[in-house]
Amino acid sequence: MAGIIMTTVELAAVTSAILLLIATPLGWWLARSRHWLAEVVGAIALLPLVLPPTVLGFYLLIALGPEGPLALLLGFFGLHTLAFTFSGLVVGSVIYSLPFALQPIRARFEAIGQRPLDAAASLRASPLDAFCSVVVPLARPALLSAALLTFAHTVGEFGVVLMIGGSIPGRTQVLSTSIFEAIEAGDTHTAQQLAAGMLLFSLLAILGIRLLDRRFSRLPV
Amino acid sequence: MNRSAPVLEVSLSGTLGAFTLDLGFTTPAAGITALFGPSGAGKSTVLRCIAGLSRQAGGRVIFSGERWLDGDVFVPAYRRPIGYVFQDAGLFAHLTVAENLRFGLKRAAAARPVIGFDDVVERLSLEALLQRSPDGLSGGERQRVAIGRALLVQPRLLLVDEPLSAVDLPARDTIVTLIETLCRDLVIPAIYVTHDLAEMTRLANHLVLIDAGKLVAAGPLDRVLTDLSLPLATQAEAGVVLDGVVEAIDHQFGLTHYRAGGALLMAPSRGLTVGSRCRLRVLASDVSLCHEPPQGTTILNVLPGVILSADSFDGMQTTILLQLGHADEGVRLLARVTRKSWEGLGFAPGQKVHALVKGVSLLHGLAAG
Repeated sequence: MAGIIMTTVELAAVTSAILLLIATPLGWWLARSRHWLAEVVGAIALLPLVLPPTVLGFYLLIALGPEGPLALLLGFFGLHTLAFTFSGLVVGSVIYSLPFALQPIRARFEAIGQRPLDAAASLRASPLDAFCSVVVPLARPALLSAALLTFAHTVGEFGVVLMIGGSIPGRTQVLSTSIFEAIEAGDTHTAQQLAAGMLLFSLLAILGIRLLDRRFSRLPV
Repeated sequence: MNRSAPVLEVSLSGTLGAFTLDLGFTTPAAGITALFGPSGAGKSTVLRCIAGLSRQAGGRVIFSGERWLDGDVFVPAYRRPIGYVFQDAGLFAHLTVAENLRFGLKRAAAARPVIGFDDVVERLSLEALLQRSPDGLSGGERQRVAIGRALLVQPRLLLVDEPLSAVDLPARDTIVTLIETLCRDLVIPAIYVTHDLAEMTRLANHLVLIDAGKLVAAGPLDRVLTDLSLPLATQAEAGVVLDGVVEAIDHQFGLTHYRAGGALLMAPSRGLTVGSRCRLRVLASDVSLCHEPPQGTTILNVLPGVILSADSFDGMQTTILLQLGHADEGVRLLARVTRKSWEGLGFAPGQKVHALVKGVSLLHGLAAG
């Protein structure tokens, strides 16, 4: 059980960290670009919200498998396949949770607007300096809530991890898939414990995000 | 440095949303240039182009020989030695007042220090605000911080965009006085965007009038205000400003005697001392004309002068440009009379007359020095 929790937490933490690194520049670009390409990319980034996880998992399985289009790239890194590995789970989770990291960050960047950037530029701050010393601190609550949301959402995902990971004990089995397996094995007691734990965790995560929003909802003056 | 030589040369053109910008002007190396025009004239856009915050217009912006914009040359805002005071202050919400002030100071090019941190805090009375967050500040307090922050970046040109829009009335005078004295004492030329005539007449030394993206007129304030061919001269608030000094104070009647060029004017006012520099405003509608010096009049200021030119408009009114004293001392007044009086009493350019000045308002007085 401890191993499963460890795998789950590790997966959620790694996914959150990677998504912060991806969603921050991507959210910045989407918030500020008026290029049509930004609209298209923005739409693609939201796809995981509506796509059945099995569809996403299916495509990822093909893409990451030994015959997949990414096999060549993987071979370059000395890997044969990511299917049914922890790394594969991470890739799947990153894609599946992308909208949850992107939305709060993008919305906050849009709310911050042009004024603080103009002010920073008039005070000799280069664009990168302004981004680091003004935009990121002003967006900190949104970054936190994006990380928390991603973490919680990754802990709660099921379809994608089952498709890509296959719920292999000790490698790719996480809490959500082990509930499924406990029920299949007729172990209602374990399933109940896990489900209750997940419910409590999810509730706390949502509460935390709400509190963050309330605490930091002020906009720049 | 020649204080009246142009330091900034601007010529901009481009289509920006609803209107076309197409204008050019220069501003002098000292004093405050007001960029004046109705709302939507493109004033703020011009200021943003000068700052490098907007690239929407092409053309030339040359400051003190440095090409900030010229064809393909574009120096980004953060490399231009400007200070910018935004309409809404634009303070950083995640920093305290002190941190806001230091933001630009840390990044300032130290080549030509203008003012230090302690000096800014003292002159703008920011001591009590330093540890506070911009969130809790009033509009006037915010602008004081914004002005201090803009000066601490050690600018060679200060750009000010309608700084009073979010400031309540009582605090406005403080803000204007601060901008005025700081620009004068630190010898930083400033460009001040406003649509308010009172603000403009009070602050400006030089005037750039724009409307619908085009230049209407540009020049020293007194020249532009007394140009009868401009729409300004037909407005109800048409008038002149006179820069002068307090020559004497009549304590018995509470009258202050001002000397502006060759003219001596009296007006009731308190709080000034002999030698104070001041700016007076005389509205055209407060000036009447007489062929002979009037007898037994209640009007204190009766000044001999010569009619230079006149312009009748709307069929009823006439604005008259007068020269007081000797031509080389250059004090000019505007008078507003009915066309009936102008034509009926046989006034004409070149004629000697007496100007009866009913009202003189003190726009500001600064202690001697």
